[in-house]
Amino acid sequence: MDTKVTLPAGEKAKIAVRDLNFYYGKFHALKHIGLDIPERKVTAFIGPSGCGKSTLLRTFNRMFELYPDQRAEGEINVDGQNILERKEDVSLIRAKIGMVFQKPTPFPMSIYDNIAFGVRLFERLPRVEMDERVEWALKKAALWNEVKDKLGQSGSGLSGGQQQRLCIARGIAIKPEVLLLDEPCSALDPISTGKIEELITELKADYTVVIVTHNMQQAARVSDYTAYMYLGDLIEFGPTSELFMKPKKRDTEDYITGRFG
Amino acid sequence: MSALPTSSVGPAFDRGKLAMHNRRKRMNVVALTLSLAAMSFGLFWLIWILIETVRLGVGGLNLSIFTDMTPPPQAEVGGLANAIFGSAMMVSLATLLGTPIGVLAGVYLGEYGQKTWLGSATRFINDILLSAPSIVIGLFIYAVVVAPFRGFSAYAGILALALIVIPVVIRTTESMLLLIPNGLREAAYALGTPKWKVILSVTLKAARAGVITGILLALARIAGETAPLLFTALSNQFWTTDLSAPMASLPVTIFKFAMSPYENWQKLAWAGVFLITLGVLLLNILARVLFKNKH
Repeated sequence: MDTKVTLPAGEKAKIAVRDLNFYYGKFHALKHIGLDIPERKVTAFIGPSGCGKSTLLRTFNRMFELYPDQRAEGEINVDGQNILERKEDVSLIRAKIGMVFQKPTPFPMSIYDNIAFGVRLFERLPRVEMDERVEWALKKAALWNEVKDKLGQSGSGLSGGQQQRLCIARGIAIKPEVLLLDEPCSALDPISTGKIEELITELKADYTVVIVTHNMQQAARVSDYTAYMYLGDLIEFGPTSELFMKPKKRDTEDYITGRFG
Repeated sequence: MSALPTSSVGPAFDRGKLAMHNRRKRMNVVALTLSLAAMSFGLFWLIWILIETVRLGVGGLNLSIFTDMTPPPQAEVGGLANAIFGSAMMVSLATLLGTPIGVLAGVYLGEYGQKTWLGSATRFINDILLSAPSIVIGLFIYAVVVAPFRGFSAYAGILALALIVIPVVIRTTESMLLLIPNGLREAAYALGTPKWKVILSVTLKAARAGVITGILLALARIAGETAPLLFTALSNQFWTTDLSAPMASLPVTIFKFAMSPYENWQKLAWAGVFLITLGVLLLNILARVLFKNKH
């Protein structure tokens, strides 16, 4: 499908996807996707279940490579470098492009070590600086006040919403440039969801954020740009206000008005 | 049943529903009775074994059990010190030898070779080894170690016991790693973590309670094994710390003493049975507590 990929003047593309095809074994899950993810903005992927929005997100850090029968063809240019090329080091790509998943996944270690784990992979910091980094990440994720007195306790003892914010803190502690959020609020209660949405809005000052969500209201609330996908095709992509107020395609309009999906 | 609401479908339908419901209730009672009966049948023998062990074992228990050597027939004094030491020595060394091999092979099966040809073959062979009668393992070590080197030794006993530990540890390590949700692995990879570190710091760490439980259960199993030691470590009437010589062990000593006509030997055999049962029971409880704390 031919999709218009140009961003409005003044926006710089952080990730430029060109003619991306994705396969689960023989199943063609993403078809000729092309779009530009603007830098330091929140971009949302919406669409009905199975439309490929999570699949697309998982190509941006080559997470699909863990599974031998999945493969991607095409280009995903991050700052001009095609990360799908074999020679690109997947660990370095992932250090630059962090990811938070649907279900909170605290590691089996203390809250402090959950944050420090990723930092230690790439930096050798003296204790004081590491303490500062952990505090910084937890403050960014709006979790510091709730856990500052129990940093030595296990991360799995926190509530679901706290665990998810811990995972976000862990993701930003390694100072990535892009943050991929795969339905980060779908397992959370409304209050935790509210906190994380606030957090996303704050994060875009420093990071390029891409969020996959089932929840159209959430997309409308937090994102600057929205991509609507259906059955592996990118149907429409544009500024969120335009896509929700005056969608160009009939399919998009049907979906966002709830007539379908 | 006047309490039932009269539906538009008519009373016949309600009676049918009620009959189905009552049938289900009766089936439930039958199933519950059968499972309770099966449970009490199992428990009955187990408790009887424990009672007999305590009754006959505690009588022979005194300090000399732990300080004196196995006595000649019809002697006044004597204990099980050499057998206790031999068992402790061989069981702990076999566990030390078998655990790293078992854990590493289990990590291969659970994390690397999940769907590979080598993985499936290893899993299949390991399952056979897991269910192999222990006497076969004893005879195998006899044939490849004892006979060529012309001598029974504690080393041979340790090897035989380690061969029993390995498949148990492989199996539990693999199953525990498979229980770890893939999301946890993905989250670790998403930070740019290399695979070896994902396994060491995240998945194996998350599975460690289960893995340790497996090791403890393997330890409990070999603590009571007689057959693999009969043809390998043999036994020894005297105290020895020399691993290249035959070494006494509790199960073999019990086997020998319980079969004898001598009363002092029989009494010591019961004391040994009590000690082994107690040790195995404690290991199982420890394994359970460890596992429970984690889950």
